Amino acid sequence: MIRIENLRKTYGKIQALCGIDLHVPAGELFAYLGPNGAGKTTSIRILTGLTRLSAGAAALNGHDIAAQSTAAKRQCGLVPQHVNLDSELTVGENLDLHGRLFGMPAATRRQRIAELLAYVELGDRVHSLVKQLSGGLKRRVMIARALLHNPRILFLDEPTVGLDPAIRRRIWSLIKQIQQQGTTIFLTTHYIEEAEFLADRVAFLDSGRIVAVDSPTALMAGVGHWAVDWVSDAGLQSAYFPSREAAQAAGAARHNGFTLRRVNLEDAFLTLTGKKVATDANAQTVHGQGHGAHAAATRNPTGGQAKKGH
Amino acid sequence: MQGFIAVYLREMRILKRRFWRQLAGMAVSPLLYLIALGYAMGGAARFDGRSYLEFLIPGLIAMSSMTQSFGIATDINVARFYWYIFEEFQAAPIGNVAYVAGEVLAGMTRALMAIAVILVLSLLFGVRLHYGPWLWLAALLNSFAFAALAVALAMLVKSHADQSMLTSFVITPMAFLGGTFFPVERLPQWAQKMLAVLPLTHASEAIRGAAFGETPGVWPYLILVAVGVAFFVLALGTVNQARD
Repeated sequence: MIRIENLRKTYGKIQALCGIDLHVPAGELFAYLGPNGAGKTTSIRILTGLTRLSAGAAALNGHDIAAQSTAAKRQCGLVPQHVNLDSELTVGENLDLHGRLFGMPAATRRQRIAELLAYVELGDRVHSLVKQLSGGLKRRVMIARALLHNPRILFLDEPTVGLDPAIRRRIWSLIKQIQQQGTTIFLTTHYIEEAEFLADRVAFLDSGRIVAVDSPTALMAGVGHWAVDWVSDAGLQSAYFPSREAAQAAGAARHNGFTLRRVNLEDAFLTLTGKKVATDANAQTVHGQGHGAHAAATRNPTGGQAKKGH
Repeated sequence: MQGFIAVYLREMRILKRRFWRQLAGMAVSPLLYLIALGYAMGGAARFDGRSYLEFLIPGLIAMSSMTQSFGIATDINVARFYWYIFEEFQAAPIGNVAYVAGEVLAGMTRALMAIAVILVLSLLFGVRLHYGPWLWLAALLNSFAFAALAVALAMLVKSHADQSMLTSFVITPMAFLGGTFFPVERLPQWAQKMLAVLPLTHASEAIRGAAFGETPGVWPYLILVAVGVAFFVLALGTVNQARD
């Protein structure tokens, strides 16, 4: 369980977090969704003891992160956004170091390392130097390392950033399995599809403030169920409708073509904040794998994506 | 205790992988100083009835124990700014004492290796001095003080470039002025008073006295202990500074 009350962080005159209040119950997969610079990583850094909070309070399974930092740290595992494995050490040595830092006895350490490397399908790489592994394999080693000491809360900061779609889906499957074993998961992402697929609840974070918290379905339903996209002189425009028929009718009234698709979390975020979560490059990935299956996609000259309705 | 062992063991595993490279690196500077200053230039010079080579070797021991133990700062910075491994220690349930003690001991281990290299080189140059416990105690205290300073400064700097600047402005001048290459007594009184502030001056005095088989004075050792404790406490305080 994670409890956050009026959490604030300032860097000089910059307010990175402006009073966050959250409660994540045990066993939930909670996603923090927001654009770069929204405060996602700052929140995770504070909760895991990497950064000091400026004001407010937070507790992990009842242990205050400031007053009982050692006990709080024992509750959680962290997979940071960037690879922070020791590239000069082997996979096994990296995990062994982690186990020692968490005070695990030698026999337990050995057993857990073997179990977890098998779990992330890296059982044969225990003696490989980390610098010899690909980005996706390093990410899996980091997940195994974060789980080594049996944490009850797992923090994943952009766990699939920079990975190709196939590896991304493999990591998602792993995250779901971890949650099914009872671990609370706190995930940050700016991939819409990731939050939609994985999260029980999503918080929209914008400029250090939470603007909405709910299930992905409820957040999307707040906007509508179907969306019509079209390209005008002002760029890509969208409108949202409660039914497919209403959306189809509105699209048909436009003479320059349109896209009919299901509403996604990006639409909900855009409606609430006036901003997009994902960059255009991310948006392309999302649309390509997502809901716009009724449309043939073409790319417009500005780098955005326009689609012609059938 | 396990946290301290983990921090130290990590450094030793890396050292093991780089062992021969590191050893060769530790030999280059002392070898050049021995050839250029001790053998070629100082061949005819004598200090207190001893050859310049005999005078120089204890100074090199003091200097190398300082530079090698302080060198841990570079590794900490690389781990902090480039590899982000420092975050693994920050997120672990270990105290600042465990982290600082592990890194300081790693720095001292490197210093001991460097001293061993110099002793081997001195044998090759045909110099035999007293390498008793007082010499080792002085070298250990010196390396403890500078390893602790290295951790403290590595936590305070904001980039690897800052670290290089500190080395240029603090360590390099000390290496040349701290009684390593010439007797401090040859300088004017005001300069001697200034150099007495440097821990390396006291380390050189203690190591040279022990190497010459003299009964050591207690003050250089007490000063090194005091400086070492002060730097260690400073390092403990600065670990929290690195959390932003």
